[in-house]
Amino acid sequence: MNSTLFPEAEIDEATMRAVDIDRSAGDFSYPENHTYDAGVGLSEATIDYISDVKNDPDWVRDFRKRALKVFWEKPMPTNWATKDLENIDFSKIRYYLSSGSTPARSWDDVPEEMKQTFERLGIPEQERKFLAGVEAQFDSEAAYSNIQKAVSDQGVIFVNSTEGLKEHADIFRPWFGKVIPTGDNKFSALNSAVFSGGSFIYVPKGVKVKHPLQAYFRINSENFGQFERTLIIVDEGAEVMYMEGCTAPKFTTSTLHSAVVELVAMKGAKIQYVTVQNWSNNVFNLVTKRGIAHEDAEVKWIDCNIGSRLTMKYPGVIMKGKRARGEVISIALANNGQHQDTGAKMIHAADDTTSNVVSKSISVGTGRSTYRGQVHIPKHLKGCKNNTECDALLINAHSRTDTYPAITVRGNQHATQHEASVSQVSAEQVFYMQQRGLSEGEAMSLSVNGFVNDLVREFPMEYSVELKRLIDLEMEGSVG
Amino acid sequence: MKLEIKDLHVSIGDREILKGLTLDLPKGEVHAIMGPNGSGKSTLSKVLAGHEDYTVTSGSVLMDGIDLLAMPIDQRSRAGFFLAFQYPMEIPGVSNANFLRAALQARLPKGKPIDAVAFYKQLYAKMDLLKMDRSFTARSVNEGFSGGEKKRNEILQMAMLEPTYAVLDETDSGLDIDALKIVSDGVNAMRGPDRGILLITHYQRLLDYIKPDVVHVMADGQIIKSGGADLALELEERGYDWLTKAA
Repeated sequence: MNSTLFPEAEIDEATMRAVDIDRSAGDFSYPENHTYDAGVGLSEATIDYISDVKNDPDWVRDFRKRALKVFWEKPMPTNWATKDLENIDFSKIRYYLSSGSTPARSWDDVPEEMKQTFERLGIPEQERKFLAGVEAQFDSEAAYSNIQKAVSDQGVIFVNSTEGLKEHADIFRPWFGKVIPTGDNKFSALNSAVFSGGSFIYVPKGVKVKHPLQAYFRINSENFGQFERTLIIVDEGAEVMYMEGCTAPKFTTSTLHSAVVELVAMKGAKIQYVTVQNWSNNVFNLVTKRGIAHEDAEVKWIDCNIGSRLTMKYPGVIMKGKRARGEVISIALANNGQHQDTGAKMIHAADDTTSNVVSKSISVGTGRSTYRGQVHIPKHLKGCKNNTECDALLINAHSRTDTYPAITVRGNQHATQHEASVSQVSAEQVFYMQQRGLSEGEAMSLSVNGFVNDLVREFPMEYSVELKRLIDLEMEGSVG
Repeated sequence: MKLEIKDLHVSIGDREILKGLTLDLPKGEVHAIMGPNGSGKSTLSKVLAGHEDYTVTSGSVLMDGIDLLAMPIDQRSRAGFFLAFQYPMEIPGVSNANFLRAALQARLPKGKPIDAVAFYKQLYAKMDLLKMDRSFTARSVNEGFSGGEKKRNEILQMAMLEPTYAVLDETDSGLDIDALKIVSDGVNAMRGPDRGILLITHYQRLLDYIKPDVVHVMADGQIIKSGGADLALELEERGYDWLTKAA
């Protein structure tokens, strides 16, 4: 242990397991029985198939078709992003699968097979009391959704996006595709063309939803891209916390996940959006997430990215009204062969707006983590504040981290600060912990746990099911 | 029953630092090693703990008859060997309570969870002994600690892990007189028939508070003289020169 870095050869299996997350919980799949299957590849016929099956209103069918054109026209963002994107073969992906059953409303209605899935993923029935509502996406369509009576009595709408655009078009349509336009990027266009599933939430004026609303996503069909679309609108003075967790079974061929999430916080509203994701190693996870915060509103993204072959995700907040606040708290763990390309976009568009970005990444083995941050404060504004902190922890010599902060501040009546650090788990630190009886793996995982500890605290207690399972970096139990 | 170091030769790179060191620490006794800078005292402590920078070229170390050097670092600890570090490491974000819990958990059979209530009861009792504030449990291990706090923390860890043999590497350095008394009280509380303690120190001062059964003088990688507690006083008075020259 002469060097402060651990050479590749010194990382044993146990250490890998210790700093990795137990992904075995997601490594299974049940027999699939799809009534609807759009087949492989993408064409206008694919769109028609999806629109037919989903019985889309005409405006949605048109929206999809326009989006498809934009998708074809847009180049891959490989001029700034990784070349690995070129390995996505769009002609080999299935864009829509559905069992055809209507979403279930109560736990009793959920098919036994899917209950087993929830059970194995650690959402036992008892947990329901913590959940105000559950909208779980099993392949394309919500197989199970439940809203506690108290929540719906308050006028809260929590349905899948298909139901949202049909039953609540008056609220849905004005905001749909407005926070993230179809042409924002190639993958938002793709999602706009083939989206299915995802949640639609509306919280009426002044309603503070006490318990977090939770969705559970997993991909269960090989080669099947999952394109959920979520729109959350929180009216004046209202508050909601939404949580999504993702695990996917391991497959031998690549899987594409490309979601679009739009948040709208009206005057004085508060939205917290919590994600814990744990994709298998072959998933391309290319997600566009953005929120608009109106006057005195607050949008906060709390994001934990684990697994996947490549994740590209930069949650953003457009602070459109005075004194709006935006926040991104993110943890990323890139293990061998994985690339976590994450960050934040903070667009200040009104006076006295405040944004905060805290990002921590861990690179293990050949894992690579990239931070891309954009902070934009135009000249005509005053009193804007941004704080950006990004810290990277490298576990061994082949680990890699890059930081690309882009902070554009015009005018001189603003306050911004940016701090970045790169640290390593030092050999002496591990020696010290080993001397107290911890194995190398346990020592390593304790260090990693310590590194992200202050951010882990930001995740809600109610999310303990997923969080403890996935971020239990103390991991005494899982070290061999 | 003893910690038995026999003709130990240790190198770092090409440089030999321990040159045939022999020392017996019987269970139930407190020994002190004194010696000038560069005599190899800290090397000895690190080699016993298993630091990989050092190569044992010959000799043996038996702990109650078991080959200590054959064990990996963490196993030595769990087998009952403890080193109080001269420079304790900081572990950002990991609370003292969690660290100690993890260390104790590592000593339990797999799948057996630690008894949290008993753990805190014991932890608070030991902290009281070392006059440590309760808020200390939530602070990150050694992060932002003063020199004295770090040393006190080492003794707390020792008290919680209850080793059979403990080496305290310059635990007295950087302590003011009050802290020295507290740390010494902590060490004295741990003396007993089931434990051997080896103090490594520059100064006789520590030995005013922790009375050793045997004092060894180390120079140039060997023990050159051993004697009773009086030897430390003599060293204080006469320095090391008369011994190193004689050797």
